[in-house]
Amino acid sequence: MSDALPTSGSLRRRLTLQLVGSAAILATLLFFVVLAFARDVAQQTHDSILLASATSIMDSVSVQADEVTVDIPYAALSMLGNVSDDRVFYRVAMRGQILTGYDDLPNTSQSTRSGQSAFDTLSYKGNSIRMVTLSRRLSLNGAPADILTTVAQTREGQATQLAQLSRSALQLGLGFFLVATILAIWAAQSSIRPLNQLTAAVSRRGPKDLRPVKRPVPSEMIPLVLSLNQFIARLRVSLTRSEDFIAEAAHRVRTPLATVRTQAEITLRRVDKPENRASLREMIRAIDESSRAAGQLLDHAMVTFRIDSLERKAIDLTELANDLVDRLQPIAELKDIDLSFTGYACPPITGDAILVQNAVRNILDNAIKYSPNDTTIQVSTRQTLSTVLIHVEDEAGGFADMDTDALTHRFTRGENAVGTVGSGLGLTIAREVVEAHGGTLIIETSKSGTGACVSLCFPLA
Amino acid sequence: MRISLLSIGLIAALSTIGMSARAFEVEEYHRFGNGESRTLRILSTTDTALLTPMIETFLQGNPGVAIEYTSASSAELMTAVMREKHPFDLALSSAMDLQIKLANDGYTQVHHSNAVDLIPTWGNWRNHVFAFSQEPASVVVSPSAFDDLEIPRSRQELISLLRKHPDRFRGRLGTYDVGVSGLGYLFATQDARTSESYWRLMEIMGSLTPKLYCCSSDMIEAVARGEIAVAYNVLGSYARARKDLASRIEIIEPSDYTNMMLRTAVILNTAQEPALAGDFIDHLVDAAWNSPIVVEYPFHRYPTTGSAQNVPFRPIQLGPGLLVFLDNLKRKRFLTEWRSTVQQH
Repeated sequence: MSDALPTSGSLRRRLTLQLVGSAAILATLLFFVVLAFARDVAQQTHDSILLASATSIMDSVSVQADEVTVDIPYAALSMLGNVSDDRVFYRVAMRGQILTGYDDLPNTSQSTRSGQSAFDTLSYKGNSIRMVTLSRRLSLNGAPADILTTVAQTREGQATQLAQLSRSALQLGLGFFLVATILAIWAAQSSIRPLNQLTAAVSRRGPKDLRPVKRPVPSEMIPLVLSLNQFIARLRVSLTRSEDFIAEAAHRVRTPLATVRTQAEITLRRVDKPENRASLREMIRAIDESSRAAGQLLDHAMVTFRIDSLERKAIDLTELANDLVDRLQPIAELKDIDLSFTGYACPPITGDAILVQNAVRNILDNAIKYSPNDTTIQVSTRQTLSTVLIHVEDEAGGFADMDTDALTHRFTRGENAVGTVGSGLGLTIAREVVEAHGGTLIIETSKSGTGACVSLCFPLA
Repeated sequence: MRISLLSIGLIAALSTIGMSARAFEVEEYHRFGNGESRTLRILSTTDTALLTPMIETFLQGNPGVAIEYTSASSAELMTAVMREKHPFDLALSSAMDLQIKLANDGYTQVHHSNAVDLIPTWGNWRNHVFAFSQEPASVVVSPSAFDDLEIPRSRQELISLLRKHPDRFRGRLGTYDVGVSGLGYLFATQDARTSESYWRLMEIMGSLTPKLYCCSSDMIEAVARGEIAVAYNVLGSYARARKDLASRIEIIEPSDYTNMMLRTAVILNTAQEPALAGDFIDHLVDAAWNSPIVVEYPFHRYPTTGSAQNVPFRPIQLGPGLLVFLDNLKRKRFLTEWRSTVQQH
């Protein structure tokens, strides 16, 4: 039924995609933030070691005998070797003149005042280097002399470290994304669950169940459920109204029909002409048919009404069937039909006795009506594992291979019904009653193949 | 690439006598193997005879290869590589500081192999400088000069012995002239860095008019001849190699600490056969660090694990720290101090 409905996408898929999408954005963000942070920390660590090295070289600069000398401590360069296996360059210069070290080391682009340090990332001999320049003012022969100490190191070790950090950050990001995705799917699933549960609850209902939905639902779904309940209520009112109308109409029609039938019979006795008598008989037959139809419509309306508020009392099916057989015996005898009953002791079922009686009577009426003269109708009750059933078997020719389910639809009549008074409501009433009691109506061809076999199965109490 | 003024200064300072401005001074040249297809050019400070067995086993495993082996002093090696840019493939040197200098200043190539992973971490600098021997800075003594005296086993024992018997050892002590020998300078600076007892020892040796030598072999021979009784900071591997003098000398590895020089190999940027050079390094490294020990390996194998904490062997650390003592101001300062201590007369 819902296959034909056009869809505007899936809520769950949309929710999942949105959550996974935001997880992907967050994970990417996390990756870059962690990476930037790690890069910062690595750079700061490297810078502080370079600065320590430059400071210890600067500390070894002294003036001896009016000459500036440098005594580079062993640790100044070996400490850089302990951090990574990178190449190390240094230079000590005074007033732009190289005192010692690598004279082709590039100069810092920043201006440095005494006591300050400047960091640069430059290229030297085709390698990227990180360089620190430290400045200090000495007094030489009474004149100020600016000393610049520069220490630089290639960045291969740092690059290796960063590559490792990137890998870790990537793993972190991927792990985050994976966990977030699983959580997103779970969240989408669980937020859509109440909707699925409501759908299941409504679809499980029987065709006549028009009670409002009472189960608790999330607040977002309250308007939907309220509308649904209002819709159900309107539907019920409208159904009740039409059933009432039909019952009222049938009732109003039946009484005048009885008067018309009586008048027709009186007239039949008075007229002698054969053609007049024939048309009067035809008239009586039509009146019978209409009156029976009105009766069944009334029955049906009564059944529908009683099913809405089903009475639940113990019923003895054997007794009920026996009564009915006794009551219908005279009608069967009119057609020389042998109506027999075999009852086994059965446990009582719970339900509405009037409805069940109505259902069984409709089946028996049908059987008697469609059976030819001099045949048998066997009625029996018995108990199976989970049901108690009433079984009616006739020799009326059966339903051939007509769809037995379709027979129970309103106003559908079997192929052998031509020429017999009937409305096609009998099986419908029986089925509605049996199903209202939680049972099933089974129509099949009898074992002898000469007739139909109808079983009304009721569940055990 | 520009040659730094510093490097030129260094080479000028380190080079010995009669250095030509045009060509570096070759001590020995030898061609091994008659292979025509590929030639490996090795520049080395190691005596040819010492490495010949290793070269021959390498050639057996690599037919069609020839090796040109040129030996020179460590300073000449630097001139050849940094200034004259001779197209050598491989430089083998005992001057650890200069090898580090070559690698730091970008004259060498990186080399990766399974074999170099055998080297302890302190013997491999950035996969450019590979150690293939450990050789101790030993004390070589003449047992005959001691007769009734106990032979000292540590620097402290040597100091107290010299204090007690100054007249007996006056003029009979020897050590490197650190201004001439690169290895002597390396041992001296590492000693000075490691312990204060070095300066006390130099002080007392200086007061006893020591003889200064250019090379380990001269010192060993002088001890064997009985000219001097004690030679300090001699390359132990050379003393061990002189089996002919074994009865006349005793080699002591000081028990307080013994500096271990690492002989190292680098592949030069000018290499025309870098892959072959790498193979030769693997050959040396495998012999030096892998087990079982091969007979053609010319050096004594010392333990590599740091597990034995009381073992006095201290490998000199490969790394930028060695550049400090190559600094010309540092060097000038150290030599001034050393001369004033050792050459008191």
